[in-house]
Amino acid sequence: MPSDRIKIVWIYPDLLSTYGDQGNCIVLERRAALRGISTRTLHVRSDEAVPVDGDIYLLGGGEDRPQILAAQRLRADGGLARAVEFGSAVFAVCAGYQLLGTEFGGEEGQPVQGLGLLNIRSGRGEKRAVGEIVGDVDPALGIPRITGFENHQGITHLGPGVRPLAKTVIGLGNGNGFEGCYQGHIVGTYMHGPALVRNPALADLLLSWAVKGPLQPINDSWAGKLREERLRAVLPA
Amino acid sequence: MSDLPMRAQLAVALGRTASKMSRLAGRGDGSVIGGKIGLKLDPDLLTRLAANRKLVLVSATNGKTTTTRLIASAMSGLGEVATNAFGANMPTGHVSALAAAPAAKYGVLECDEKYVPMVLRETGANVVLLMNLSRDQMDRAGEIWQLAGKWRKALDGADTHVVANCDDPLVTWGAQTAKSVTWVSAGQHWREDSWCCPECGGPLDREGTNWACRQCSFARPRPEWILHGNRVTTPDGRVLDLQLNLPGRANRSNGVMALAVVAQFGVPPEVAMPLLGKVASVAGRYTTVQYQGRDIRLLLAKNPAGWLEAFDVLDPAPGPVALSINAQGPDGRDTSWLWDVDYRILKGRPVWATGERRIDLAARLEAAEVDFRVVDDIEQAVLSVPPGKLDVIANYTAFQDIRTRYGRAL
Ligand SMILES: [Zn+2]
Repeated sequence: MPSDRIKIVWIYPDLLSTYGDQGNCIVLERRAALRGISTRTLHVRSDEAVPVDGDIYLLGGGEDRPQILAAQRLRADGGLARAVEFGSAVFAVCAGYQLLGTEFGGEEGQPVQGLGLLNIRSGRGEKRAVGEIVGDVDPALGIPRITGFENHQGITHLGPGVRPLAKTVIGLGNGNGFEGCYQGHIVGTYMHGPALVRNPALADLLLSWAVKGPLQPINDSWAGKLREERLRAVLPA
Repeated sequence: MSDLPMRAQLAVALGRTASKMSRLAGRGDGSVIGGKIGLKLDPDLLTRLAANRKLVLVSATNGKTTTTRLIASAMSGLGEVATNAFGANMPTGHVSALAAAPAAKYGVLECDEKYVPMVLRETGANVVLLMNLSRDQMDRAGEIWQLAGKWRKALDGADTHVVANCDDPLVTWGAQTAKSVTWVSAGQHWREDSWCCPECGGPLDREGTNWACRQCSFARPRPEWILHGNRVTTPDGRVLDLQLNLPGRANRSNGVMALAVVAQFGVPPEVAMPLLGKVASVAGRYTTVQYQGRDIRLLLAKNPAGWLEAFDVLDPAPGPVALSINAQGPDGRDTSWLWDVDYRILKGRPVWATGERRIDLAARLEAAEVDFRVVDDIEQAVLSVPPGKLDVIANYTAFQDIRTRYGRAL
């Protein structure tokens, strides 16, 4: 499908990009390009309207205040909700993940209204989860073990209709033995920063949703080596 | 010192003995352990040691060690200056620095961003220098909006003078509540953390160094000191050439802020300038070491803004570059920040990747379409470049490893 064009929308890099989040954009662009699929990436700042015709939407991590601001603006804008109705893929990390739910915790732990695109509810946990995370992905998604780094103090409860992304092997994730979630074509995760770098199969899952079909295999090269090295480094022998 | 109470004197003496033993045991310079013991014996030790001295606190995400050195050098004409020259920038390090120089009437203390409120409260420092805030290793450093908020609170009502970089919106917001501020236009090159107004969250409009919020009245204050290229405009309108022995625009920025600080103590820029020029390397940074016909220059970069400044001083392309990345405690255990650095600037040079996290680095360089070679250690990189210059950029512990390998004398 060399003529396919995927439109990637990076939502609010001015509010939700604390730590390498643009890596997720770079990886999607690269893995599409290696297959001859062209992409176009739009960086939408928080004073701009969110386009409704994106194929993949990315939301990154952020501090408490920017997270609250981002949630308010996205609710007022409405573009992301429309895109989700049309079946676009969404990949949301950390603060971006929490704000897609019905509610999340603000800077003093107060409940803040989210976008309600995911039937999840987040609050503040007792202690901060900082460290490597490994999880076995829901077999329905057909992708191997995920590896990442988490750095958050969130606890996330999944409601009906939402499935956990993975069962945690190492790390805290949502706080109850599971990490992240998915509902339709929305994936949320606590894997901080560019989670798609270490998990090429997760990147390909989003790309396959965007092109509505299977992708030809490619060599994961250094990203694949990184994934193996990380799993080796953190899993007990 | 003799005016310290008995308990404090004992705390200082025991702390000093511990520092010395730690140094003899080869565990760094011993300033942390000495301060730790001193503070344990006398929790008010920092306050006591700070009394009757004129103190400067220096804080920022980047450049605080270097700027502390520049200020201490520029103030050396006033008399003895106590300073934490080894980058031990928490209260334990401050205690050691002050205890080591009991007769010094002046002190310049590098201060970790998180500790500014506490150290200001305990020392009653006369001047606080705030230079820049940008994303740093988040598993150890704090979140920067929150940090700036804490500065704001601590400075509100404090009896101290602030010198601050008004080209950085978050620093400006953090400094704004102080009773008196000298604003310095010292530049800001990393802007990815200041697109939004820290006051109201609205968009910041930026043009050159100027910035203003589109929604509220928060805007860049008018600077008294202005850096442009290699020149400084002073508050009375004179234009001077900066005479530094450290490379790059980040150090020019550090230099102008040092001038503004020492002016508070009556040191005019003409007097300060030659003293700034005496600083040619800071804890091994910017030093060139000769090894097997190679001139290896060491650059430290700990976060995305720091990498931007390191790229600024590289030898021109196609000069070779070796990069070394670790992820131990002081580096931050998360390497995600690599994806905030735009490595495409290294295209067209021979690049070597090493360090404990060289595979993370390789994945990043590959995605940036930079040609590179992965090597097991720095020695392999050094020996693969032809005799001549080699720039090495490393993060914290990787930098220390390389420094140790090629001689601590660096
Ligand atoms: Zn504003």
